[in-house]
Amino acid sequence: MDGQIALLVIGMAVVSYLPRALPLLLLNRVEFPPWLVKWLSFIPAAVLAALLAPDLFLNGEELYFSVGNIYLVAAVPTFVIALTTKSMIWTLLGGMGSFALLQLFV
Amino acid sequence: MFWQGFVQGSKTAIPIVLGYFPLGLAFGVLAKDAGLNVWETLIMSFMVFAGAGQFIAVGLLKAGATFVTIVATTFLVNLRLFLMGMALQPKIKNWSKLRLGIIAAEITDETFVVASDHYSDHEPSWPFHLGLNVTSHMAWVISSGLGASVGNLIQDPARFGLNFALPAMFIALLVGQIKNHTTLIVAVAAGIISLWARTVIPGNWHILLATVVAASLGVVIAKWMGK
Repeated sequence: MDGQIALLVIGMAVVSYLPRALPLLLLNRVEFPPWLVKWLSFIPAAVLAALLAPDLFLNGEELYFSVGNIYLVAAVPTFVIALTTKSMIWTLLGGMGSFALLQLFV
Repeated sequence: MFWQGFVQGSKTAIPIVLGYFPLGLAFGVLAKDAGLNVWETLIMSFMVFAGAGQFIAVGLLKAGATFVTIVATTFLVNLRLFLMGMALQPKIKNWSKLRLGIIAAEITDETFVVASDHYSDHEPSWPFHLGLNVTSHMAWVISSGLGASVGNLIQDPARFGLNFALPAMFIALLVGQIKNHTTLIVAVAAGIISLWARTVIPGNWHILLATVVAASLGVVIAKWMGK
């Protein structure tokens, strides 16, 4: 294993473990107030949308509204498949298939 | 008793496994393309187990980014896992430190969402949670190793739609999270704030900022609607 890659993997492992472990290991005797529990319940939807939006709407740091933006165009059938099938596997295959097709034609 | 719960967790992980396979294959191909070999890819997937972070890291690696940039970006992308750990904490806080330390290692967007859904109408269970997490983790490690193994054969990953694997996974997970008008508003707000912040604030703060502001907005709306 390449030394620099080994170092990189260790660094990434540390910064991936700490955020997951700290709340469970250090805050595990704390009772959360109801508003905080409510707030936490919104985190998954918020973080997923925050991760997704730049993938679809930006090219680098510029807004990219165009039929030439195949990420945005491929997202349309992907959303439709996700809403109708509620299935991770069909959404992934449908989304990647749409993207691959668009890549051929656009 | 233990194995019964573990197997139930493994079965509940099947949709995650099916999702991780194409995603892990895509990651393996991109990792190979960025200069990692099969063993390095396997070890990274085993030790890091953070899909979005790993995709972003190999993208940066290929672009020639430094160690510090890659690790710092991975950290930022993974900060959302802190919020997931906090959200799981009220349900499993009575477990031993050893068990919590093991469960923490395998929290991902998908294992978190599936475990949270399960615990909305089941008692939290250590064997169940371990089965769910370990099965998902193994699927990720094996599929990314396979991807790296066949990586040589694939000259242009984008041509096979592999670059869209991650956005497609986010779409599938997001649709599962939109349970009412409030979560829809929260998601739209998070998307808009993220776009705005990405274009005006340097670095990768947009994810964290958008998440915190949009979730807070959700609390205000829920209170305003009297729920």
